[in-house]
Amino acid sequence: MKPYRGLAIIFGFYALGEFTSSALDLPIPGSVLGMLCLLTALLGGAVKLDWVESEAELFVKNMSIMFVPPGVGIMVYISLLKSQAVPIFGALIISFLITILVTAKTVELLRRGEE
Amino acid sequence: MNPYGIALTLVVFYAFSEIQGRRKAFYTNPVLLSIITIAALLWAGGFTYESYMESAVILKFLLGPAVVSLAVPVYKGRETIKAYAREITAGIVIGGTVAILSAFYTAELLGGSEEVLLSITPKSVTTAIAIGVSEKIGGIPELTAVLVVLTGILGNAVGVELLNVTGIKNRIARGLAMGVTSHGLGTARIILEDELAGAVSGLAMALNGIFTSIVLPFLIEVLK
Repeated sequence: MKPYRGLAIIFGFYALGEFTSSALDLPIPGSVLGMLCLLTALLGGAVKLDWVESEAELFVKNMSIMFVPPGVGIMVYISLLKSQAVPIFGALIISFLITILVTAKTVELLRRGEE
Repeated sequence: MNPYGIALTLVVFYAFSEIQGRRKAFYTNPVLLSIITIAALLWAGGFTYESYMESAVILKFLLGPAVVSLAVPVYKGRETIKAYAREITAGIVIGGTVAILSAFYTAELLGGSEEVLLSITPKSVTTAIAIGVSEKIGGIPELTAVLVVLTGILGNAVGVELLNVTGIKNRIARGLAMGVTSHGLGTARIILEDELAGAVSGLAMALNGIFTSIVLPFLIEVLK
């Protein structure tokens, strides 16, 4: 059964990442370690792209709905959101402006003279 | 296990996705609208977050394998990464660091509490990774989830206009800036304007997620 191969690889790498993160007490999330391991396996040829491609795309394309349950958790923190509204929304907007402009300018400076 | 949480999430999210399918705009974003609607319904009905999460937690759990799956788009984009290695490296290292530091220091300057500072630093990273990072550094993952979505919506709503007004024309620069700053929602917007910028934006989102999850825990130790 083809889908099980892809799912076995994805969940296997997830478990491997979580195990490594907790066993070595690393600050990096297990899921990110799992991604790096899967990427290494793809680049090294140990895992073929078509073994995981359709299953991985199913997960990536349907990721948005997975943010809803943790987001709903904000209802528990409404009072925090109210009492800290200025630092939270102030930082959100100012950091957004600084980040997008600094990143764009940095790359633009590097690209200057090449076009 | 009661099935209400997962059923409610699927029904509400499906309804808002249908609406967005008909009217594509930042204010029809199904993630934010679903979060607000479900939280309001639970609150009005006197239900607790715990009773909702009893089954809705399945969806949250799937974020783990979804992050692992991001290896596939990164792998498929390896030629683009090679072709623009210098720009991508600089954009992610500088942009990713600026995203963390500017959020931390602005929140601190405006009187944010420690839990707010910790929860806001991963806000420019794709939600799945940001939640994991927030958990690891002692932030509130639920607060982080909402801040990430709001950052994405900001990028989706005004990111392209901001780049236009400030005269940034280079397509690689535009894509990287959108992906590094406002992850998936930023990417979704710029891909409508320019396919190359959109592809670069998607890669920048994934790579910035990796970069931030490795750098932020160490940086936080210094900042705290």
